Amino acid sequence: MSTPEANTIQPKTSTLDMSNLLGRMSGSQTSAPFTVCLEAKNLNLYYGTTRALIDVNVQIPKQQVTAFIGPSGCGKSTLLRCFNRMNDLVDNCSIKGQVLLDNDDIYHQAVKVPLLRRRVGMVFQKPNPFPKSIFENVAYGLRTMGVKNKKILSESVERALNGAALWDEVKDRLDSNGLSLSGGQQQRLVIARAIALEPEVLLLDEPCSALDPIATAKIEELLVELKDRFTIVIVTHNMQQAARVSNFTAFMHLGEMVEFSDTTTLFTTPKSERTNDYITGRFG
Amino acid sequence: MKEWIKSGTPWIWSTAGGLAVALVMVFGVLWMTAARGLPYFWPSQVVETAFIEKDGSKIRLIGEIREREEVAVRRLVESGFTIPGNEKFTTRYLLKSGNRDVAGFDFKWYPAPLLSKFTYPDNVLTVERREWGNFYGHLKSVKENGVVVANGDFALPELQKRVERARKLFDEIFRIEKQEIGDVNFELEKLRLKERKLQLAGKLDEAANQSIQNQRLETNGRFAEIQSRLDKLRAEIGRDTLSAEVMDGKVVDVPLSKVSEVYRANSLNIGDKIGFYFRKLYAFGTEDPREANTEGGIFPAIFGTVMLVIMMSILVMPLGVIAAVYMREYAGHGMFIRVIRIAVNNLAGVPSIVYGVFGLGFFVYSLGGTIDQLFFSEALPAPTFGSPGILWSSLTLAILTLPVVIVSTEEGLARVPRSLREGSLALGATKAETLWRTVLPMASPAMMTGLILAIARAAGETAPLMLVGVVKLAPSLPLDGHFPYFHLERQFMHLGFHIYDVGFQSPNIEAARPLVYATAFLLVLVIVVLNLAAVSLRNKLRENYRVLEGI
Repeated sequence: MSTPEANTIQPKTSTLDMSNLLGRMSGSQTSAPFTVCLEAKNLNLYYGTTRALIDVNVQIPKQQVTAFIGPSGCGKSTLLRCFNRMNDLVDNCSIKGQVLLDNDDIYHQAVKVPLLRRRVGMVFQKPNPFPKSIFENVAYGLRTMGVKNKKILSESVERALNGAALWDEVKDRLDSNGLSLSGGQQQRLVIARAIALEPEVLLLDEPCSALDPIATAKIEELLVELKDRFTIVIVTHNMQQAARVSNFTAFMHLGEMVEFSDTTTLFTTPKSERTNDYITGRFG
Repeated sequence: MKEWIKSGTPWIWSTAGGLAVALVMVFGVLWMTAARGLPYFWPSQVVETAFIEKDGSKIRLIGEIREREEVAVRRLVESGFTIPGNEKFTTRYLLKSGNRDVAGFDFKWYPAPLLSKFTYPDNVLTVERREWGNFYGHLKSVKENGVVVANGDFALPELQKRVERARKLFDEIFRIEKQEIGDVNFELEKLRLKERKLQLAGKLDEAANQSIQNQRLETNGRFAEIQSRLDKLRAEIGRDTLSAEVMDGKVVDVPLSKVSEVYRANSLNIGDKIGFYFRKLYAFGTEDPREANTEGGIFPAIFGTVMLVIMMSILVMPLGVIAAVYMREYAGHGMFIRVIRIAVNNLAGVPSIVYGVFGLGFFVYSLGGTIDQLFFSEALPAPTFGSPGILWSSLTLAILTLPVVIVSTEEGLARVPRSLREGSLALGATKAETLWRTVLPMASPAMMTGLILAIARAAGETAPLMLVGVVKLAPSLPLDGHFPYFHLERQFMHLGFHIYDVGFQSPNIEAARPLVYATAFLLVLVIVVLNLAAVSLRNKLRENYRVLEGI
C-alpha cells in the first residue's frame, strides 16, 4: 500500500533524535550472528497522517523465536502485521520502506499477497477458529490452495495437529465444531491451521493473552518445539513469557525499535535507558 | 408511588401488557377465521318447521339454520309482518332452504314468533349438487329413464347405489374433458402455431403444409372419437333421476348427473359426521372451485400461492444477496453508496400497488411484449408473455421484497467478526474465497431471516397481483404434464385474491361467506407453513454457524 504521498511525507523532526539510536543499533545488526529470514528496512507506517512506525530496522533470525515487547500502542502488533501485509486491509494505511523475506521485497508490485500469506502464517490474539469442523479448520488453507485429494488432506491435517500438540486430544472428534474446544485448544487449533500450510514464518500476535496459565504454558512449550521448523515472531505483553520462549527480543516504544538483541542480553544488560526502565517496571 | 415507579414494576407490566395485546390479536385472527370458516364443513341438521306468511297462510320450511340474531319488533312490523305479543325485541333466523332452482332464493330470514316448533325429521334428504347449490326434500322415488325403479323404504339404498355410479361416470367424464380433450387442444394449438411460424418465415411449402394438414386430420379424428365416447358417457350419466317432495309440497326431479352427494343429515351419527367433516375439508383443499367460486375447493388457489412464493424466493434471494454483498463488501463508504442505501430502504415503504403498476407497465407490456415479438411471433396478436402471468407476478413480488432481503443480508454480513475474515485472509485465501467459504455461510442465517420476512410480505400481497397475473378462475395450473411443464406465462389463482373475489364479487354472498373465512384461515395456514419451513432452515444454519461470544 505504499502510495506516492507516503514517500513524500518525511517528517524531519524525528530523524534527529533517531540518529543516535540507529547508530547504537547498527552495531548489533551488521554483525548478525544468524541467518536473516525477515528484515524491515527503514519501515515507516502511517494511519492517515499518524505515524505509527518510525524508521524501523530489524532483522529476524531464521528458525528462532523472536519476541517483540513494549507497552500498549507502541506499534509491535502493527509491525508484525507488516510482515504478512495484513495492514493492507486497514483503510488509509500507507507504508514506506522495505520488508524483505529471504531478501525479496514483499511490498513489491509483483508479489501475490495470498501466496505471501501462505509463506508467512499468522495467529491472532483471540482464538478465531472458523465455525466449521476441526478437520475443516485445519484443511481450510489447503483447500484454498486447491488440494482436493482426501488422503493428502487427512495426512496434512494429522501432521499439523500433531505439530500443534493437539492431535491426541481431538483425533476422535475431528468432525465436531472447532468452537466446541476450550480456549487453549482453540488457539492450538489455529496454530495447526497456520502450520498446515508449512509456512516459513509464523507470526503470533499476543497468542496467550486470552488464555489461562496452563493453556499458556502449553502454547509456550509448543513454540519452543516449533522453532526447529519455523521462524517464529511473537508479540507479547508478558516479559516473563518473552524471556521464557524467545531467543531474541526486540523492545519497541512509541513506534520506534529501541533495542534488539538476544534475549539474555536484553533482559540482563540492556543498552538503552528506556529498555531498562521498561523491563524493571518503571513504565509500561 | 414514586418508589413503585422506580422499582420498575410498571415497566414490566406495560411491556407484558404490550405482548399480551399482540398475542390476543394473533390468536384473535386465528380463532375468528377458524371459528367462522371451519364449521362450514360440518353436516348441519335439517330443520322442518312451519311459517305464517304475511297474508296469514302457513307454509312448510325445510332447511339449515345458518344464523340467528336479535332484531327490533318494530322493524319487522314496519316491513309487514304481524308479530303477536308486545315484546320489543325478538329473534330471527337465517334459513338456508336451498332449492334455488325451485324457489328462486336459497337464504331467507324468518322472525321466530311466526315459526312453529322446530322438528328434525330423520328422513329429510340433503342433496349436494354441482349446480344450483343444495337441495332439501323428502325422497319419494328413484327413476331410471323416467320409470320408477324404487320407492318408499327401498328408495334410499337404491339412490345411494346409483349416486355412486353417477359419480364414477362423472369423474370419468371430468378426466376425459380435462386431460384427453386438453391434450388434443394443446396439440391442435401447437399445430396452428407451427403452421403460422412457417408461414411467417415463408417456409410453408407444399410438403410441410401437407404434413400439418395430415396431423391435424389425425388429431381431429382423435377428437371426434373422444367426443363420441363422451356423448355415450353423458347419456349414461343422465339415465337416473331422483324425485323428492320439497317444502311447498311439489315433487321435483333431480338428475343424478348433477348430484355429488346425498345424505340424511339428521340421522348421521357422530362418527359419520366426523368422517364427513374431514372428507369435506380434504375436498376443500384438493378440488377445483365450482359455481363462481362459491362451491367446491380452492386447490388451484393454494397451488398458485405456494408456487408464486417459491418462485419469488428463487428470484429474490440471489438478487438481494448479491446486491448486499456488493454494498457491504466491495463498495466504498462514499456519498453515492449512502444514497443508494437510503433509496433501498425507502423502496420498502413504497405501496405495493405501485409495484403492481410498475410490473404491468414494465414487465408485462415492455418486457413481455418484446419477448412475444422476438420468440412467440407466431402466436400474435394473442400474447404469450405479453399478458399478466405468474412469472411477472413473482418478479413483481421479488422487487417488492428485495429491500428486505438486502437489508437483512447486509446486517448479517456486518455481524461476521473481523477476526474470522482476517483468519481466513491470513491463510492465503483471497477476498472472494473468504467471502464464499467463511463470510457468506456465516451470514446465511441472516439471509434466511430476510427470506422469511420476504415470504411473510409476499404471501399475503394481493393488490399488485391483480394487475400482473391473478385471475378469478384459471383454466389450468401453471404446472402440468405438457412440455415444458412450467408454464410461466399462465395466469393463476391466489388465495388472497380468492378471498376478495368470493367475499365481494360473488353472486351469492350468503353462501360464500363461510368460504371467505375458511379461505382466509387456509391462507394464514399456508403462510405459517411456508414460514416454518424457512425458520427451520434458518435454525439449522444457525446451529452450524453459531459463533461463540467474544470472537
